[in-house]
Formats: sequence, structure tokens, C-alpha cells
Amino acid sequence: MAATTADAVVPPVGAPAEAKERIEWRLATPLAFAYMAFFAAPLLLLFWVSFHEDNELTRMGPGQWIRFLSDPFYVGVVWQTILLGIATVLAATLLSYPLALVFYAASPLARKLLLFIIVLPLLTSVVVRTFAWIAILSREGVINNTLIALGITTAPVPLLQTQYGLIIALMQIEMPLMLLPLLAVVQGIDRSLVEASRSLGASHWRTFFRVLLPLSVPGWIAGATLVFASSTTAFISQSVIGGGRLVYLPSVIWQQAMVISDWPFAAVASVMLLISVLTGILALGAIGRLIDPRSK
Amino acid sequence: MTGHLNTWTDRSYVVVIGLLACLGIAVLVGPVIVVLMTSFTTSAALKFPPPQLSTQWYVALFDPARSSHIHNAAYNSLWVATLATSLATLLAVPAALAIARLRTAGARALEAAFLAPLILPTLAYGLATLMFFTLLGYRPSLWLLTIGHFIVIAPFVFRTTVASLTQLDPVLLESSAALGAGRLYTFRRITLPLITPGIAAGAFLAFIASLDNVPVSLFLSNARTDMLPIRMWGMIESTLDVRVAAISGVLIASVTVLILVMERLVGLTRRMSG
Repeated sequence: MAATTADAVVPPVGAPAEAKERIEWRLATPLAFAYMAFFAAPLLLLFWVSFHEDNELTRMGPGQWIRFLSDPFYVGVVWQTILLGIATVLAATLLSYPLALVFYAASPLARKLLLFIIVLPLLTSVVVRTFAWIAILSREGVINNTLIALGITTAPVPLLQTQYGLIIALMQIEMPLMLLPLLAVVQGIDRSLVEASRSLGASHWRTFFRVLLPLSVPGWIAGATLVFASSTTAFISQSVIGGGRLVYLPSVIWQQAMVISDWPFAAVASVMLLISVLTGILALGAIGRLIDPRSK
Repeated sequence: MTGHLNTWTDRSYVVVIGLLACLGIAVLVGPVIVVLMTSFTTSAALKFPPPQLSTQWYVALFDPARSSHIHNAAYNSLWVATLATSLATLLAVPAALAIARLRTAGARALEAAFLAPLILPTLAYGLATLMFFTLLGYRPSLWLLTIGHFIVIAPFVFRTTVASLTQLDPVLLESSAALGAGRLYTFRRITLPLITPGIAAGAFLAFIASLDNVPVSLFLSNARTDMLPIRMWGMIESTLDVRVAAISGVLIASVTVLILVMERLVGLTRRMSG
């Protein structure tokens, strides 16, 4: 009896299920249309503008692209931008992995504290973090005053407006972006794997390189992608800490668009930045598939 | 035999990893402490440690006559962040409901598109919006800033909502349906209460992302529509005004309180780390 009433209530599987799926799809259309109108359209426009010879956008042609790609200065800027991204990823990795390992071994309370320490700078404005690094790296800043007080140097060491200073600052500014995905993956690693490795006589180092490192690669890839994308685009940090002599793509874009008002050339530089970041992301994904044992 | 080797190498592991982790924590926290201490300096230059402590830069910051430009920029930033976050929540939550449970290629592609602003260089997008709106005949305004911010921050709401939907036990929905509840009723009484913390965490992250946004504001703000991060950048570039340290102090204090509140209410950090 109960079965028959249930049969009467539950609708047949075929057609209504499809209808249900259609209704659910429709919930995505407002955001999809908003993204087409205000995200895809402007980006397509950027490509279109980059293929114009003049600022009034009347003549189309590859002139701006030829001008950009045949100038060793601008090609150099592209390389410097990519190298800055790579250097920041490496620097962030150097400090993020030890923190992730400590997090893995830590108690729940210590984990909470560590997460707070990571999230606080992330949610503090990039301009605030950049400003902090001026106070640290400047002539009368934390590092120079410490070095002089310890008698290591007598005169202040120039740190602002140097590549090293910029990489150190960007490492701190972007590090939380690497840590969050890395910690998410690390805390999911089965403890019995580590215990098995240890009880079979492997050292901590060997356990790290053979168990924890390979298993945490997906988290690192996700984090490295965010750090690479963010550090290559970090206009204010680059221009304030790097200064005028270190030129990266974002400052070329800003100069050309807002100071010189050369839109087509600014568009070319923007598309180059898009290409550089996408290439970096794809390369990181390829590295991930190469290392990650589970993707084989 | 191997035991002896293990203690030696293990000790080196503990020392190296421990030192690097301590350095990592110092690097993460140090700048925050340096800014807070600098904000209480008496000096008009960025000296560290500050020669003497005072609240003079906070007094200057809150003085309506001397800091009206900063107040105006802060007001604009809060207004845009509120509007953009509301818009992002209104549109991203339904989108997440639509595709969180679908495993089709179309749904995956849409998901990737909705998350794209998180990794694409938003500086290129910022310039693109300036060109787009200018060619359409609009001049920079708070409304255009709201649209630009909305696109960039919607992924935060989308991502946390999708995450909480995928953690939702389907048995709950099935039993609700089996007990005769309609789909809307099940959504209102089961789904929505369970995903609300995820939505709230996403909206909070979106709000902060809008408040801190540089790449879009850089191109869409001008003298009339000044935004706080852009104004701070101007102050750093021109005179290295120590009021920037006081603004930073206010921002750090507010964010700290908000993180603690959100942690209590919705488990913020857990949702941020996946």
C-alpha cells in the first residue's frame, strides 16, 4: 500500500527531471549575461583597440604590435615581468613550505592562530602592505637601522628601488595566496602515510621529499598560480618599491594609458600582460601534471 | 644503525624547517607591527623605531578640515564596496545554485569563466573597462566603479557558495522531497540555512576585495570619484604623508575585529583555506 502511494507522489523520472535541470540552469543566466556584457566585452574590445594604428581608432593595422615587439626595451620589460613573477613564486615557496609543514604537525589551536596570521595581511589593503615595506626598506627603516646598530654597515644600504627589495616585499605581500591553497591540501594528507614512512625508517627529510611534497603539489600549483598572476600585476607595489628605474608591464600600461594617452599601445601592453600571465598559469599546470603522481 | 643516522638528519630537518617557519611568521606579521608602531610616531618622516609616541597622526586623520579628501575617498570606497557586494551576492548565489551540482562540460566552462577574474591580470581588465565605458560615452562615476568592482569580486561569493553547496548532504534534500516538501520549500528551509554561512563568508571577502581594489579603481576613478587605496597611493608617491600610517592603523584594526567576528559567526578561515 505504502509503495503505491509513494509511486503516486514521486514523479516519473524522465521528462520532469530534465525540466528541473533547465530551471536550475536559468539561475546562472543573470551572472552569465553580466559577465558577457561587462567582462568578456571589455576584454574583446581591448584586443580590438590593440589593432589600431591611431589614437582616434579609425585605421586598423598591426602597427602597434610591430612597434612593441620590435623594440628591445619593451620585449625586455615583458621578460622582466615574467622573471619577477617567477622570483616571487620561488621566494614565497621557500617560506610557505616550512610553514605548511609546521601547520601539518600543529595542534588545532596553533593551526587557528597560524591561519589568523596568514589571513590578516591578506585582508589588509595591498597599499598598506606596500607602505609597510617602505618603512622597512627605506634609508632610516627597520633593516638599515638594525644593520647600523649591529655595526654590520656604517652607511645605509639601498634597498628601496632595488630588485631584491621588491622581491622581498612582494614575497610577503603575495605569500598568503600561496599558503591558503597549500594548507588546504596539506591538512587533508593522511597521517598514516607519514607514520608508515617514519616507521619504515625514513628520515624526516626523506618523508618530506617522498610523501608530503608529492602529495601537496596540487596545493602548491594552485598557490603558485595565484602568486604569479598577482605579483606580475601588482602595479602599486612595483612602482612604489621598485621605483622609476625598474619597469614592468603594469607601469607601461599605466603610463601609456593615463599619462601619454596612447590607447592602442596601452592595449598591446595589456594583451601582452594577459598572454604572459596565461602562459605562466599553463606552464605551472603542466609542471603540476608532471610531478603529481596521481595524474599519471 | 639507521637510527643514529635518523636522529642526525632529523635534527637538521627540525632546525631548518623550524627556522624557516619562524622567518615566515616574522615576515608575515612584521610589516603589520611596523605600520602600527609607525602610525604612533611624532616624526613627520618614516623613521623606525619612532623617536617618540603620540596620536597626532590619528588626530590629523580624523580632523574633518585637514583630511576631507581622505574622508571623501573612504566614503566613496565604502559606498562602492557595499553596492558591488550586494550585486555580487544577488547574482553569484543563484549562479552557484545552478551549476554547483552539475558535472557537465558546459557547467565546468561556466564555472571557469566565473572564477577567471581571480587569476587574470585585473589591471588589463581595468584598462579594458575604461576604454569600454569611454567608447560607450560614459565618464568615470561611482556607478561604473561599482560595475567594475562587481565583476572582480563576484568570484569570491561564487566560490564559497559552490563550496558549501558541494558539502551539502544530498540525503537531506532527498528526505525533504520524500516527505512531500516542494522544491522551493526545501530550498528555503534546508538548503538556504545550510549555505548561508558560506554566502556570508564570500560576501565578506568580496567586500574587503572591493575596498582594497586597485587595478579597476586605478583607471575608473578620478578627482570626483576618488577611492581610498588610490588616494593612499597618491599620498605615498607625493609626500610620504605619515597619515597613511594612521589610515593603515585604522584599516588593520577594523579588519582584525571583522576577521574575529566572521570567524565566530561563519568559520571564515576554514572557508578561505578550502
